Amino acid sequence: MFLGFLSPALASLLLDSLTQTAVMVSVSAVLALVLGLPLGVLLVVTTPGHIFARPLLNRVVGTFVNLIRSTPFIIMMVAIIPLTRLLVGTSVGTSAAIVPLTVAITPLFARLAETAMREVDRGLIEAAEAIGATPFQIIVKVIIPEALPGIVAGVTVTLVSLVGYSTMAGTVGGGGLGDLGIRYGYQRFMPEVMLVVVAILVVLVQVIQLAGDRAAFAVNHRLARRRNSR
Amino acid sequence: MNALPQSADFAPPEAAAKAPAIRLERLGKTFDPAVGPVLDDISLTVGQGDIYGIIGRSGAGKSTLVRCINRLERPTTGRVLVADRDITALAGAELRSARRDIGMIFQHFNLLSSRTVAGNVALPLEVAGLSRAEIAGRIPPLLDLVGLADKAASYPSELSGGQKQRVGIARALATNPSVLLCDEATSALDPETTEQILSLLRDINRRLGLTIVLITHEMQVVRDIASHVAVLERGRLIEEGVTFDVLAFPKSAVARSFLSGLVAHELPPPVERRLRAAPGPDTDPVLRIVFSGDYAHQPVIADLIHRFPVEPNILFGRIDYVGDRPLGVLTLALGNGEAHLSAIVGHLAALGLHAEVIGHVSRLP
Repeated sequence: MFLGFLSPALASLLLDSLTQTAVMVSVSAVLALVLGLPLGVLLVVTTPGHIFARPLLNRVVGTFVNLIRSTPFIIMMVAIIPLTRLLVGTSVGTSAAIVPLTVAITPLFARLAETAMREVDRGLIEAAEAIGATPFQIIVKVIIPEALPGIVAGVTVTLVSLVGYSTMAGTVGGGGLGDLGIRYGYQRFMPEVMLVVVAILVVLVQVIQLAGDRAAFAVNHRLARRRNSR
Repeated sequence: MNALPQSADFAPPEAAAKAPAIRLERLGKTFDPAVGPVLDDISLTVGQGDIYGIIGRSGAGKSTLVRCINRLERPTTGRVLVADRDITALAGAELRSARRDIGMIFQHFNLLSSRTVAGNVALPLEVAGLSRAEIAGRIPPLLDLVGLADKAASYPSELSGGQKQRVGIARALATNPSVLLCDEATSALDPETTEQILSLLRDINRRLGLTIVLITHEMQVVRDIASHVAVLERGRLIEEGVTFDVLAFPKSAVARSFLSGLVAHELPPPVERRLRAAPGPDTDPVLRIVFSGDYAHQPVIADLIHRFPVEPNILFGRIDYVGDRPLGVLTLALGNGEAHLSAIVGHLAALGLHAEVIGHVSRLP
């Protein structure tokens, strides 16, 4: 195995850390998508002049989102410990890290999704209104599908950011690759551990970006593709 | 000559009995009170099965007007009645159900890039709550109607402009509306494609009895398919009537200028400059003759030479077709005509032609 130059104990530690990172990233990513997409939709459709114009609500939600986004993640993690305890029953460990990760990343994805959905041509929304679509139908059948390439790109950015945020999870005992790198690579003077951790993170980010780009291309029908039939 | 009997002669016989498809009553729209109204006190009636053209320059308010008909725009004052239903009073679910009876096509087609041709046509049916099976059954005849049966699985990005507009038409017709609104539907298309789309619209109008309201800045579009036309200028309706009549006898300067490329109502500047208002000892009268309908093919010039000692000289002229009917406007200088002018005008009027002395030109040495 490629980790052969590490001791078996370290190698198993590395695998554990990788698993912890994967769990933290994937669970909080799913939560962020589920919570962030509706939040992004809300930010778009409540804009003055849009299909569900509620200027006050729009400003309140927008300010709240900005508030979370301007709080440094490391501070957020400790600041919301009461909430974490309420939700998962503990303030330490991998599942405890998922709460602040989700809270921190949801507004980012919401903003990215909002930007993508804002780009949807007003003419398309108007066409949907002209055929008698409800605001909900316009969101589900027009805005989200038309913005999907941009939303998928937003998911990619969100995942990459999550990988970065998750490296700080050691602060609340969440473990993960970042924690391993700091504790062994830095505090115990084992640069080879640090190197392996960084290398794995690099590969992880590359894989996410590549897969995200492919997915975004697959759902994009805005540009004509060359077809075999022609 | 008497006040234009043409309207009565040329209007289709069932015109009186036709129920109005759309009535606008004193419609007004103001976006910004400081700027003033975009639409000002507009009343007009569109008969069932008519193709009603609304023409105006950009900024005249025609886009706002057509959007008031399906309430994409809410009028500030006045009422809009579609099939005797007051659209202005509706909201929520009632408005949405009324909109399903009003199809609309757009200048930039507004197709969903994320859906195939069939998916785009299915959208209004999904919105209306039809089952998957019902929708699947409705799509093929719609695509057949617009000639895109083989493109069902294509995405809009793979289609030409004309094909995209055909998808737009199929989508607009999916819910069997009684009215179709066309917002500059051919303005983004080349002349040949425009012609194809217009003939498709005409065909649909005849086959389905669909009432069509189209707005445009191109008089050719009105000439080619509209049975009625309204001229809009700075938010006001300045002229309205049966297309042929408006084209043959435009009352307003705006209408005449729109027509200049089609019907020779306005003289080219070099000819215009030679015109004088009053006759003199060395002038010839200039006569404008409007040939319309059955009279367009008469050998008028030969007849004039035969009956009067004049030498007609053509200054400007053109014959065009409005629908299937010829419309000619001819501007003649009548050599040695001053003395016989009233007799000549009387003779032409007796033939059923509209003749008018528009000035005098100096005889060339």
